[in-house]
Amino acid sequence: MFEQFKAKATGVGAELHRFPTRSDALDFILQFLEREGMADAPGSRAVWAKSPFLEGLERRDLREIPGLSFEVSRQSAAQAKFGISQMEWALADTGSLVQDQSEVEQRLVSSLTGIHIALVPSGNILDGKSALFSRINPHTSSYIAFITGPSRTADIERVLTIGVHGPDRLLIVFVDELGGETA
Amino acid sequence: MKKEFKAAINRAVNDANLTGALGKFSEAYKVNRTKAYEGIDFEALRSRIAEAKSAAACHLDEVADVFQKKAEALGAKVYRTRDPQEVKEYILRVARERGVKSVVKSKSMATEEIHLNPFLEKNGIKVAETDLGEWIIQLAGTTPSHMVMPAIHMTKEEVAELFSKEIDERLTTDIPRLVKVARNELRPRFLEADMGITGGNIAVAETGSIVLVTNEGNARLVTTLPEIHIALIGVEKLVEKFESVAPILDALPRSATAQLLTSYVSIITGPGLNDDGSQKELHIILMDNRRTEMAADPKFKQALQCIRCGSCLNVCPIFRLVGGHVFGAVYTGGIGTILTAWFDELQKSEDIQGLCIQCGNCKEVCPGKLDIPEMIMEIRRRLVQNKGQSLVQKAIFGVVNNRKLFHGMLRAASVAGKPFTSGKFIRHLPLFLSELTNGRSLPAIAAEPFRDLFPKIKQPKCQEKAVFYAGCLIDFAYPETGVALVKLLNKAGIEVAFPQEQTCCGAPALYNGAYEVAAQNAQDNIAVLLQQGATYVVSACPTCTVALAHEFGKTLESVGRGEWLDRARELSAKTVDLSTLLKRLVDEGRLSFREKEDLGKITYHDSCHLKRTLKVAEQPRELLAKAGYELAEMHECDMCCGMGGSYSMKLPEISAPILKSKQQNIKDTGAPLVAMDCPGCVLQIRGGFDQDGSSVRVKHTAELLAERLRD
Ligand code: SF4
Ligand code: SF4
Repeated sequence: MFEQFKAKATGVGAELHRFPTRSDALDFILQFLEREGMADAPGSRAVWAKSPFLEGLERRDLREIPGLSFEVSRQSAAQAKFGISQMEWALADTGSLVQDQSEVEQRLVSSLTGIHIALVPSGNILDGKSALFSRINPHTSSYIAFITGPSRTADIERVLTIGVHGPDRLLIVFVDELGGETA
Repeated sequence: MKKEFKAAINRAVNDANLTGALGKFSEAYKVNRTKAYEGIDFEALRSRIAEAKSAAACHLDEVADVFQKKAEALGAKVYRTRDPQEVKEYILRVARERGVKSVVKSKSMATEEIHLNPFLEKNGIKVAETDLGEWIIQLAGTTPSHMVMPAIHMTKEEVAELFSKEIDERLTTDIPRLVKVARNELRPRFLEADMGITGGNIAVAETGSIVLVTNEGNARLVTTLPEIHIALIGVEKLVEKFESVAPILDALPRSATAQLLTSYVSIITGPGLNDDGSQKELHIILMDNRRTEMAADPKFKQALQCIRCGSCLNVCPIFRLVGGHVFGAVYTGGIGTILTAWFDELQKSEDIQGLCIQCGNCKEVCPGKLDIPEMIMEIRRRLVQNKGQSLVQKAIFGVVNNRKLFHGMLRAASVAGKPFTSGKFIRHLPLFLSELTNGRSLPAIAAEPFRDLFPKIKQPKCQEKAVFYAGCLIDFAYPETGVALVKLLNKAGIEVAFPQEQTCCGAPALYNGAYEVAAQNAQDNIAVLLQQGATYVVSACPTCTVALAHEFGKTLESVGRGEWLDRARELSAKTVDLSTLLKRLVDEGRLSFREKEDLGKITYHDSCHLKRTLKVAEQPRELLAKAGYELAEMHECDMCCGMGGSYSMKLPEISAPILKSKQQNIKDTGAPLVAMDCPGCVLQIRGGFDQDGSSVRVKHTAELLAERLRD
């Protein structure tokens, strides 16, 4: 299923990575942010929304990295280049990620930023919508969000163009250690 | 047809940018859509959608009640109204109460339907469309030409020009750069807006949820950043169960833009919190605007199954030529014609309903299972009922209803070898022979019609009998097709009967909304065709076959002649098109062709009614291959040739370019010969090649097959 997901997600322009452990994934993310020019200046910052990934992680060091912040607000997200969040499900048939985004910060980091890095438990790849629909519940989630690739448009002469109002890059980082249903 | 309307059509078909862009898009769409649906049982999927939506449409009010209760329990405010004016006033009231100065909108056809933007702006509220296409047309001060791709009619040069003015900087036509300009310009508007307005692609009653499907990410911002969210939703978007969301999400992006899923889907259930921790205000407006009346009309209830994917426009041969604006300001294309007739008024659709050539392309791809051509016919019928027919039409159909007079006039016109161009009255006869030769020569009326030839044909005595229903074109213009048919069937041991009292199949009257005339034709034909007690009633004209097999019953029922229904059904069961019958006979070993001999390349044109109503496509191909031809498929083999009965006379400016591209596709195969199963298509396509002096031969399949019979 991972292979199918990978094919579909990269097919719509997402970038895919997979790591066995949280610390591998974290190393990758930090290197990526550095490489892409994260800095403590408007337009170069990174905001990281509440994620199970972070739970129990020694965050003191992380807080000292210039430009990286865990305080998500409309202002901080609007000025950030990177948004990091954890998404719960991956759908193999369409290459989509799904999450209960009732908490507004989850939406802010994944919609106002230029690059969205989505952490996903490797064990939560589902076949498709029918498997998903038995696992999501609108009664308890006021905002269920599906994200499939970066923001796109074809409104000018039908030419596919990436990055309109949402992120123009979507990095999907699977982490085996995060477990998931089928882990 | 009104003069301005004709002028608009002419402008559109002569706008090379428009027709070029739309043509290219529609060709690519077909391929991409097929790919997007790979591995999916489309018929099963659309049945699920149609059932879910139709179930909701059956009791809209109750479903809306459930939705309202549920959404209100979650803290949303639900406002329901039949009247578009009240929708606007409600939104303005909320805006005033909350001191709203600026609004951001994501794409919503419902707001276009009620012309919300100008209303809010007139009342001093700034409105920014944030969907790129909508923003472009907002800046241009025009209206959407397509429900999914509102600015598809505009070029990048025009967009660059508009954006340059907006940001006061000279921009080139670099599309990614133009998109960035939109992002940068609109970002502050999102952040400062006090109110976000969206539509809704689905509204789920049992959960009170609304579903938004977008690609650009603007709907997520519109529903997240401003403190107030108003969702304006037509009641046709209601479904009862949450489980119905999945099939609609399976179909909508695939049909709309050939995507497996759009970049973003948001399922919003009740108001959440704002980013400052305060409670968001969520208003959901369920708008009726005649949808309940539509649901109560047995002919139009199916229109509520529409999921607004726009695929019916993408495959429409007329839309690809004229674009959206010819249809009007809000909803365009075939579905737009229907919605305009209801949301505006029936009379408004008088001109645009005539744009539909009844090719059936849209019906085949519609994920909501709407029969658009049928609804357009119904509009035609009601228009005629309301207004009555024009005098000319009345006179014509008066003649058609009197078989002796009708056939007498055709005979009078049958002057050997001379094109049929006599008097004004006669050229309007539903034989579609006209002196309007726009890019197409017309056939001579045959020196001897089939009805006179037939008694001279010597037939063997056979066990089995078939009645041949010729139809006007074969009878009076192409009797050789009828002769070929008799030869083929005789060879298979079937004797052919040709009752002389058979008359026009009624299609011309029907397609012009003259149902009473068509019903009389149906009744007369049923009586004579059944009298023979034959095993088959066979026709070599798909339009006639469709009339006999499908339309007679419906037409008689619609004018209240229910006593004919049993006989109509009996006739329908016996009716078969020639290719299907021949294929069966070949399979049974009753008919065979001469030893294989290389006859060279041939290409095959699928006629609309044969392919899409009768679902016959393989049979003639297999027969031609068996007869020794090598099939070279043309590009878009099943695209309409532009004939459409009297369509080619009423709208030659549209019919001619459609014919041209058909001819080009035929020529591109390199085949010297093109076969088809419809005498109407033969008339159109042969006329086209005759006019441009090309050597491609155009033949009815029956004639080609008859040449290859064993002696
Ligand atoms: S009529 Fe059918 S094809 Fe056209 S927009 Fe509606 S659902 Fe789509
Ligand atoms: S039947 Fe053909 S011409 Fe009419 S709306 Fe549908 S696609 Fe267009």
